[in-house]
Amino acid sequence: MRKVKIHITLKEGVLDPQGKAVHNSLQSLEYSNVQDVRVGKYMEVMVEDSDNLEAEIDRMCDQLLANPVIENYSYTIEEAG
Amino acid sequence: MPSMLEISPEQIEEQRIFREMGLKDDEYASIRSILGRRPNYTETGLFSVMWSEHCSYKNSKPLLKKFPTEGAHVLQGPGEGAGIIDIGDDQAVVFKIESHNHPSAVEPYQGAATGVGGILRDVFSMGARPIALLNSLRFGSLQQPRVKYLFEEVVRGIAGYGNCVGVPTVGGEVQFDDAYNGNPLVNAMCVGLIDHKDIQKGIAAGIGNTVMYVGAKTGRDGIHGATFASEELSEESEEKRPSVQVGDPFMEKLLIEACLDVIQHDALVGIQDMGAAGLTSSASEMASKAGTGMTMNLDYIPQREENMTAYEMMLSESQERMLLVVEKGREEEIARVFRKYNLEAVAVGEVTDTKRFRLEHHGEVVADVPVDSLAEDAPVYHQPSRIPAYYEEFQKMEDYIPEITDYRETLVNLLKQPTIASKEWVYDQYDSMVQTNTVVTPGSDAAVLRVRGTKKALAMTTDCNSRYLYVDPEVGGKIAVAEAARNIVCSGGRPLGITDGLNFGSPENPEIFWQMEKSVDGMSEACRLLETPVIGGNVSLYNESFGGQAIYPTPIVGMVGLIDDVQHITRSHARSAGDLIYVIGETQAEFGGSELQGMLEGKHFGKAPSIDLNTEYNRQKQLLTAIRAGLVVSAHDVSEGGLSVALAEKLFEKEFGCEVTLEGEPVTALFAESQSRFIVTVAPEQKRAFEQSVTDARLIGTVTENGVYRIKQEGVVLEEKTSVLKEAWKGAIGCLLKSKV
Amino acid sequence: MKFAVIVFPGSNCDRDMYFAVKDQLGAEADLVWYKEANLANYDGILLPGGFSYGDYLRSGAIASTSDVITQIREAAEAGKPVLGVCNGFQILLEMGLLPGAMLPNEKLKFMCHFETLTVENADTMFTRQYKEKEKIQIPIAHGDGNYFCDEETLQKLQNNKQIVFTYDQNPNGSVGDIAGITNEHGNVLGMMPHPERAVEALLGHDDGLRLFESILTHWREHHAINA
Repeated sequence: MRKVKIHITLKEGVLDPQGKAVHNSLQSLEYSNVQDVRVGKYMEVMVEDSDNLEAEIDRMCDQLLANPVIENYSYTIEEAG
Repeated sequence: MPSMLEISPEQIEEQRIFREMGLKDDEYASIRSILGRRPNYTETGLFSVMWSEHCSYKNSKPLLKKFPTEGAHVLQGPGEGAGIIDIGDDQAVVFKIESHNHPSAVEPYQGAATGVGGILRDVFSMGARPIALLNSLRFGSLQQPRVKYLFEEVVRGIAGYGNCVGVPTVGGEVQFDDAYNGNPLVNAMCVGLIDHKDIQKGIAAGIGNTVMYVGAKTGRDGIHGATFASEELSEESEEKRPSVQVGDPFMEKLLIEACLDVIQHDALVGIQDMGAAGLTSSASEMASKAGTGMTMNLDYIPQREENMTAYEMMLSESQERMLLVVEKGREEEIARVFRKYNLEAVAVGEVTDTKRFRLEHHGEVVADVPVDSLAEDAPVYHQPSRIPAYYEEFQKMEDYIPEITDYRETLVNLLKQPTIASKEWVYDQYDSMVQTNTVVTPGSDAAVLRVRGTKKALAMTTDCNSRYLYVDPEVGGKIAVAEAARNIVCSGGRPLGITDGLNFGSPENPEIFWQMEKSVDGMSEACRLLETPVIGGNVSLYNESFGGQAIYPTPIVGMVGLIDDVQHITRSHARSAGDLIYVIGETQAEFGGSELQGMLEGKHFGKAPSIDLNTEYNRQKQLLTAIRAGLVVSAHDVSEGGLSVALAEKLFEKEFGCEVTLEGEPVTALFAESQSRFIVTVAPEQKRAFEQSVTDARLIGTVTENGVYRIKQEGVVLEEKTSVLKEAWKGAIGCLLKSKV
Repeated sequence: MKFAVIVFPGSNCDRDMYFAVKDQLGAEADLVWYKEANLANYDGILLPGGFSYGDYLRSGAIASTSDVITQIREAAEAGKPVLGVCNGFQILLEMGLLPGAMLPNEKLKFMCHFETLTVENADTMFTRQYKEKEKIQIPIAHGDGNYFCDEETLQKLQNNKQIVFTYDQNPNGSVGDIAGITNEHGNVLGMMPHPERAVEALLGHDDGLRLFESILTHWREHHAINA
């Protein structure tokens, strides 16, 4: 069994209203050093190991988990306990 | 075996562990004597939730008995999930209000969301399709950051849940007062529509029939929610967060559709939602109502977490779950209905003739108690009551008449008070139109929904001015019912009945209990005279915050009215320039508990505005007759802020002006909150007919095209552009939220 | 002409769409559960609003992978009118039948009220009963209605006259004030505002009815020619 940790983020250039709101809040809490905030999604997928696991994860992300029009994804695969 | 690790019955007694579960010493003693032995841990848990105020009404029962609950059209009074009133054509309206105050104070988004989910289930478990949601909210001062947060998140939570399930949120009210700083109120009301033949009951009838569980899996969330709701808020409440349930509106939507399908199935015997006290209350109440018993095997309960104990499963308040009783041997037919929606219906027990509630887990009997002892035998407390010193003092006071020099400025400031200001910031976040029945959307006196396929429509509102109830609970109680009825009448409807959400402080405080008694007295009298029986409701006590500061007595009235013909639907906004403006009812120097008093003095005191219920009744009748005869263009009740505010509100939608002359002392004429008053507009050609029809009406002026709000009053003139007044009123809440204090 | 209103788990404007077509337009319509659909028997496909699969993951994303999607794609390729409203629009985007994607409203709040729209293209099978540049009142009710596409796509949409409705006062941050777009062929329309909520004067406005009438008139003419 593998644990796949997937991060999904908005592409650069796509407006991120949530990120903007969080950024503003951090600034009003006087974290003036915060330059930018982008909000994304994080998922953990437990999956049986296979030879072409990476290709399969890519397909999952392209097909459903991320929307390629607006989102990028990256992931790491770990041994699941 | 988990039971090996469990605290023993002896320990529960010796270490008084029952107290942690919310049971009092004498309650424990009485459980011991009912069972003839010491209750085990699970059994103690069952009693603790079923005997909590939330489930048993042990402190409020003697008061609830005072309410009139019967009427010619009442098909179902208090006692089931929701009350039902006949509306003709073999149709009926189902409605109920319920509080979710404590969960919302701790985790406002989920607290409010699950409040909406719970009240929906109460209505569709009766077999009705939910057609509308309303919300009655109370918050402290929007100057406080914590209050802003609570307000924003509660609204977001209501929207998040209601919008997703596809039931329009059409109305309600939001009021702000320091009395709610530490303890907001979130009361959700649901209205459903049903054909008589589909009316269901939550009963476990038919010995040998199967008990089925459907919906979300059971987790550890919300354990002791019912007892939590029956305690005062403390610093520790924040730490009780795990006790707050998380809602899944998608699951609820599936449940609604599946349950509405399943009620058409003749294998269904009874259905009830798992609300407060979860499995325990739904199961034991269904058996108790049917005069049967029930055995459940907890091994079959769908579980979300591992190693759950019997105690945890029975007390869990996981959301979106229903309990069904179905004819033995026909379980698969029922399961098939649910499977369409990807829901699993599981057999978990059977109906017995033992009148006992028996639970098995891992091959052991983990509870075995008389079923009626849970549902029926909770103690009833007749709490002592005492007239509060503040009330006696208020009664002796001279009449309070504020001194005002700048009428225009006062009006603008009143319009900016968040209680009066436009609630568009709130209701724009609610889908008020889904199901395409909403004729009058939020912002008028009452919401109106047509009944598809008929000429009929339903008007609905929630009301309660708790300031009046604080200064005089009996008079305030009458006003709350009367005001709700006024809103229904102004919309063209005949009030049918009410559901009440009784929110008070601790009943163990004699002065609070006095407030409860008097409120209920006042409401009962008004309900009798205005012919609006109480068909159900909810009691929320211990609404007190850190310093033991109780909220104002807030018995919210949720009222539904019937409009016989959609032609009669009337809005509060003026529709044409040139129309005549009438005021119905007299104005007196009544400022106790008024918005103006609160604004100027920062507190409320003195006497509440007086109300004569016979006058109220007759006036409402006359106005409704005139509306139904087509003599009235728009109708609005006069409430917070008095006549000047009501008049302004009438003009805002189309930014009309007005040319009005008032008589009498100016401050009173403009701002007093005398009761039983209406402001209406009438087309000039209907002048005679209207004046003959409504005898208490007085012509005060006309609606004008020029957009200038102008009141002449004993030589004084209050003049301002309607657009300027509207701007102040419309933007106030948004401004308060943005401002940094 | 017979319409199919596709019902997904979590759809909640399905009945509204059904009543609009059946009672106000006077056409035939069925509510079709997504698992039981046989769309070959229908002349027009309506994807209603709501929160299919709770809008979990992304609005419309999970529905866009369900079984019925292949049939919807086939219907679109066959030139049948396919209308997606609100969540239906989001599903069409997630399916790739329409270009672009939906983001949360700029102000991060759900909003529900009437909006004034401009009919930018009255020469489609969905809008022929309107006048070009006509102002119409149609309500919105969404949290994720902020339409996004890149510059190039926007240019293409404009050049091909695929932008059918725009907001007069952009409520949600949509690129180019876009409220509704068609595919290149013009037989698939996705829009965030709810025409099915504006088909009766009793409920405020009936400007939405002409959208459905347009589909019906188009179909009748087309059908007559073919016959």
